[in-house]
Amino acid sequence: MRRSHRGLTQHPLATADSGTAREFLVHESDGRLRLSGDWVMAHASELAAALDGIPRGRSQRLVLDATGLQSIDLGGALLLDRRLRALAEGGARVEWQGERPPQLEVVAETRKGAKPEPQAVEEGFDLAEPVRTIGRWAVERGEEALTTLSFFGAVCVVIARALTHPRHLRIAALTRHVQETGLQAIPIVSLIAFLISVIVAYMGAQQLRKFGAEIFVVDLVTVGVLREMAVLLTAIIVAGRSGSAFAAEIGVMKLNEEVDALKAMGVDPVEVLVLPRVLGLVIALPLLTVLADAVGLAGGGLLCFWLLDIPFAQYLSRMQEAIAPTTFWVGIVKTPVFAFLIAFVGTLRGMQVRGSSRELGRLTTVAVVQAIFLVILADALFAMLFLELDL
Amino acid sequence: MRGLVNRFGTQVVHDGLDMDVYEGEIFGVVGGSGSGKSVLLRSILGLQRPVRGTVKLEGRDITALDAAELRKVKQRYGVTFQHGALFTSLTVLQNVQLPMTEYLRLSEADLDELARFRLAQVGLPADAGAKYPAQLSGGMIKRAALARALALDPRLLFLDEPTAGLDPIAAAAFDALLTELQKGLGLTVVMTTHDLDTIFRTCNRVGVIVDRHMVSDTLAGIVGQEHPWIRRYFHGPRARAASASRG
Repeated sequence: MRRSHRGLTQHPLATADSGTAREFLVHESDGRLRLSGDWVMAHASELAAALDGIPRGRSQRLVLDATGLQSIDLGGALLLDRRLRALAEGGARVEWQGERPPQLEVVAETRKGAKPEPQAVEEGFDLAEPVRTIGRWAVERGEEALTTLSFFGAVCVVIARALTHPRHLRIAALTRHVQETGLQAIPIVSLIAFLISVIVAYMGAQQLRKFGAEIFVVDLVTVGVLREMAVLLTAIIVAGRSGSAFAAEIGVMKLNEEVDALKAMGVDPVEVLVLPRVLGLVIALPLLTVLADAVGLAGGGLLCFWLLDIPFAQYLSRMQEAIAPTTFWVGIVKTPVFAFLIAFVGTLRGMQVRGSSRELGRLTTVAVVQAIFLVILADALFAMLFLELDL
Repeated sequence: MRGLVNRFGTQVVHDGLDMDVYEGEIFGVVGGSGSGKSVLLRSILGLQRPVRGTVKLEGRDITALDAAELRKVKQRYGVTFQHGALFTSLTVLQNVQLPMTEYLRLSEADLDELARFRLAQVGLPADAGAKYPAQLSGGMIKRAALARALALDPRLLFLDEPTAGLDPIAAAAFDALLTELQKGLGLTVVMTTHDLDTIFRTCNRVGVIVDRHMVSDTLAGIVGQEHPWIRRYFHGPRARAASASRG
């Protein structure tokens, strides 16, 4: 298209109107249609309305006069062209008195060059479609299970290799992850543990008051905190915090081709990226949970003192009657399992990121949701197990 | 490389592609968008498993090696990626040192000295070493990536679109650097590129991916090829300008 665009200057959008009513299309007394004003995108809706007002009649003769036109851009020209074509198809003849705006040429040229859109095939409702969807879903779930299993295998191999050849243990990365997942989580974990035990103690006190059995709040809090609440809540917080962090960190590295660079150098990304995170969390989570236990017990004691006037000494002695060493261990033994699940899901989803930032967002969310779900599921299974073992 | 076949679903990207690269030359891989230049490179590097085909490096079939042997082979070549793929959580110096710490036992001082030497080799100022990739300009990122690729003194380099996104001055400088290094170190370079200036300035031989196969020839020969796409590529207005400016 060798057309010069000098004739296509557009009027600035914020224009002082030329006083008179914004008549874009005037039906003159001699039958002419006079175009006036600024036929620009900013006035698109008014232009369309004006064009709709052109009377239709078979084999009519339309005379258009564009000499009074202030300005016209390609959007305005397109609307005009569309309407004129429709009228021409209806049998009307279009003539121009005076010069025809060159923008119409540009529109016509562009239309010629545009490839037609492939007709979307109308699919009728197919009884087989729901079945196909189920089938596709099943196949995808199967593939996903296979991917998860193979990743699990890779992680186990790397763990075994690191344990037998400590050279493969990236200590620097490991300590960094213990710091990030453990140390830096101390404030939030302590706060939550404190609050949750206060809440439970309060609720318990309300109920036990009716029986004059307030002292048993101590049992409720201490056993509850040590066996379940501190453990589960700490794991859930860490799942949200570190599960998303792992998925996002590794996901960004995938998008940036850093993981490919590692592979191209002969470095195993699972060894360098996944292992330090998994081991780091397995070390950090039990320690965090011990802290949460302590803070939770303290919180319960504080509430019993404030609300129930139970002196701390009495709280301690009641606690010693209520709990046994197993109460503590039953809680702690779950933590390495939770840690492994969280780190595994987080790193797996991170490794699956490819293509776009939307994938990154989606998989990070999936990582957190699945980590939390798996933690709670594992907790339920442990509960059943301990029930069987009478612990 | 012989008989490479790469397929994604129903889309066949390479259908029995053959490629030969000789020692000491700069070999340019050229092809239209979507012709599979990067896929080709990834097939060589082991990042993409081809449906069929063999790839031999220095006579050994790398598709048949086990993990430990493959690791040894990977030390013998360096790779740069289109966007640098520098490790964003490490400084430039640490990036360059990563291959060294992975495969060699060196003292801190030696590592630092070697890494700084690599930076100097690619023309990066000494203070670039302490910067993080996010703080570098595009040209510096490419050079840092090259420094990392050269860390273990490889004889073979794979470069994926090395001058993509660089302004003409930086691209020309990179071309000059590459030719200089090739002469000085006797490197063999395989690079994928769109950049006609780079092709005319640096490449000894060129392989064009057309119709899912490769047509290779010397630079002079490829320009004379009959295939319509190749003719358009090397005789279009930009190509003529590039070849003219080569002088």
